[in-house]
Amino acid sequence: MRKPTAGALLSALFMGLGQLYHGQWMKGILFLAVGIGFLGGAAALDLPDYLRGLWTLGDQPSGLVKVGKLTQMVEGDHSIFLLIKGLMALLAVLLAAALYAACIRDAYKTGLQREEGRKVRSFGQTLRAINQRNFAYVVLLLPAVFILFLTVLPLVFSILLAFTNYADPNLPPANLVDWVGFANFVKLVSLKVWSDTFFGVLLWTVVWAAIATVTTYVGGILVAVLIHQPRIRFKAFWRTVMIVPFAIPSLISLLVMRNMFNNKFGPINDMLRMIGIEGVPWLTNPMWAKATLMIVNMWIGIPITMILAFGILTTIPRDLYEAAEVDGAGSYQKFRRITLPMMLFATAPVLIMQFAGNINNFNVIYLMTDGGPVNTHYQYAGHTDLLVTWLYKLALDQAQYSFASVIGIVIFLMIASLSIWSYRRTRSYKEEDMIV
Amino acid sequence: MNGSNARLKLGLSYAILIVLTIVSLYPALWIVLSSLKEGNSLYSETLIPRSFTFEHYRELFRSTKYPIWFMNTLKIATLSTVLGTFLLLLTSYAVSRFRFAGRRFSLNALLVLQMFPGFMAMIAVYVVLNTVGLLNSHLALVLVYSSGAIVTNVFVAKGFFDTVPGSLEEAARIDGASHLTVFFRIMVPLAKPMLTYASLMIFNGCFVDFIFADLVLRSEDQRTLAVGLYKMVNQRNSTEFTLFASGAVLVALPVMTLFLVLQRNLVDGLTAGASKG
Repeated sequence: MRKPTAGALLSALFMGLGQLYHGQWMKGILFLAVGIGFLGGAAALDLPDYLRGLWTLGDQPSGLVKVGKLTQMVEGDHSIFLLIKGLMALLAVLLAAALYAACIRDAYKTGLQREEGRKVRSFGQTLRAINQRNFAYVVLLLPAVFILFLTVLPLVFSILLAFTNYADPNLPPANLVDWVGFANFVKLVSLKVWSDTFFGVLLWTVVWAAIATVTTYVGGILVAVLIHQPRIRFKAFWRTVMIVPFAIPSLISLLVMRNMFNNKFGPINDMLRMIGIEGVPWLTNPMWAKATLMIVNMWIGIPITMILAFGILTTIPRDLYEAAEVDGAGSYQKFRRITLPMMLFATAPVLIMQFAGNINNFNVIYLMTDGGPVNTHYQYAGHTDLLVTWLYKLALDQAQYSFASVIGIVIFLMIASLSIWSYRRTRSYKEEDMIV
Repeated sequence: MNGSNARLKLGLSYAILIVLTIVSLYPALWIVLSSLKEGNSLYSETLIPRSFTFEHYRELFRSTKYPIWFMNTLKIATLSTVLGTFLLLLTSYAVSRFRFAGRRFSLNALLVLQMFPGFMAMIAVYVVLNTVGLLNSHLALVLVYSSGAIVTNVFVAKGFFDTVPGSLEEAARIDGASHLTVFFRIMVPLAKPMLTYASLMIFNGCFVDFIFADLVLRSEDQRTLAVGLYKMVNQRNSTEFTLFASGAVLVALPVMTLFLVLQRNLVDGLTAGASKG
């Protein structure tokens, strides 16, 4: 048999055997140890049971079971723990499989080297080669572990929940959770209690994101243009003052604003009362609440656009404006025909990302109105709830986990289609291959 | 151009600027003054209180666990910032500088991860932390925040490294520097502005998170400032408003100071992040 095939086959038989066959003792023993360690660990931890649990989500709920004459509380399977442990097991198996594949490939390649009559790499040389050629993997190892276990795994778990019936009143440990396919998605759009809320909240989310984005964007540019006028003095002062809302943590400013807009005791209605306007229902009337949210969002969002706009304003050539003035253009026309188009050209991706950000603008809604005022036609949602705050309520207050996951997937699909469209146009994604 | 017209326009611009200044400073001014006024109600007859008192600040330290929360927050935010920035640095450097198998996949995966609402995975993170017995611990928060920091900032950081010319490293490599030397001696110092920006963002994020921290931290002694303050508002908002006001001022102060001191870096970072995606 040829050396590459033999090596690969031996390594396929058991990790490390191929390396030993090639005389790479240290590497072989290491691979062997990892292989034995994995198998041993898998056996000790009942890995196959976990994988089976991922599939079945348990066969026996906790509950009272008759044992002889006595009724006993028997602890059954907890579907959610089975799901997450199953996922961890699956992840471990996949990692092991990747290592296994790498081991076989390595044995094959070393075999080729031997056939060509070259010397087999020593262990030291291997280490050095890793440091030279595969430095990226070494560097990425730690972040990858973090992201895999703390971001990817929970996310996969949450996505899977959308395909189960894990929602109140079907909660473990008293009940078993089961896979239900796309039933939750179907319910959300066809079952009246759900679909009314879903489409209502979806519509408001889109309207909110559009208006919130446009108002802060245009507002930010206008403020920047205002300060940027050549005849305005103390530019640095005005700029710093306008940045203040950005520097205050939004948690604080929003909680403060909520009190400022308080119907009865807040200072805003107090001032209005002085000029004879009585009790505007800033946060308690659905229409007013929506308007208030927009205003508050402008207060928070305008500084960011303003900072960006300053950077771009300085790059717009002055002679453009001078030419426009010669042609008799007024301030509005200069803004409309020169500033805004230049700005849009430079910040189009930002605009799209801000739109995506506003779809997920949790803090403003949650802290100002908490989704209220109550909408009696809605299922667990209020007039100003966005998809993301509704998701939060569904998961944390109402234990409707599977529906929350479905909403999460819907949000993902919205953001993903937007981002894919815009990200592909940005520079850092289209890599100009500068090195290698 | 007509002189009086121009003067009118300038006057109008100043007028608008002054109105905007009032609007942008009013909430901060109001909360500071509220924290200094006597009594505990939200309602106040005048904007500037008749008499000033520091009683609410004293009470904050006496009757709530404010000092403990403050130390907790400082600890969590600092550790997360250090760990998160370090991991971010490693990740963005690797994906920007090396062309390795699986790179495009990693980039796409990171991109996709960013697009899911953060709250969606919260329940799952909770279950995972529960399984490994890390609930109600600060370590759990540090780990989760650091991991999140990579995902949210990696493209800004990568964009930065993309702009550093490759010839710099090549020269160093030819002179015999190893990857590690190049990384620590050349790339890290160059990346300082970006690192300042990213770590400020991470620090701020940890400092004000009141949702996830609330879910993970179960006992009052373990709480962070943001959680404590949020609970204070929700539970005794109308009755002890001035106490909340003083708490809010104390939470906002450190972050505001950091932001204003580092304004320059912030502006650079925001602009860079915007044009490079």
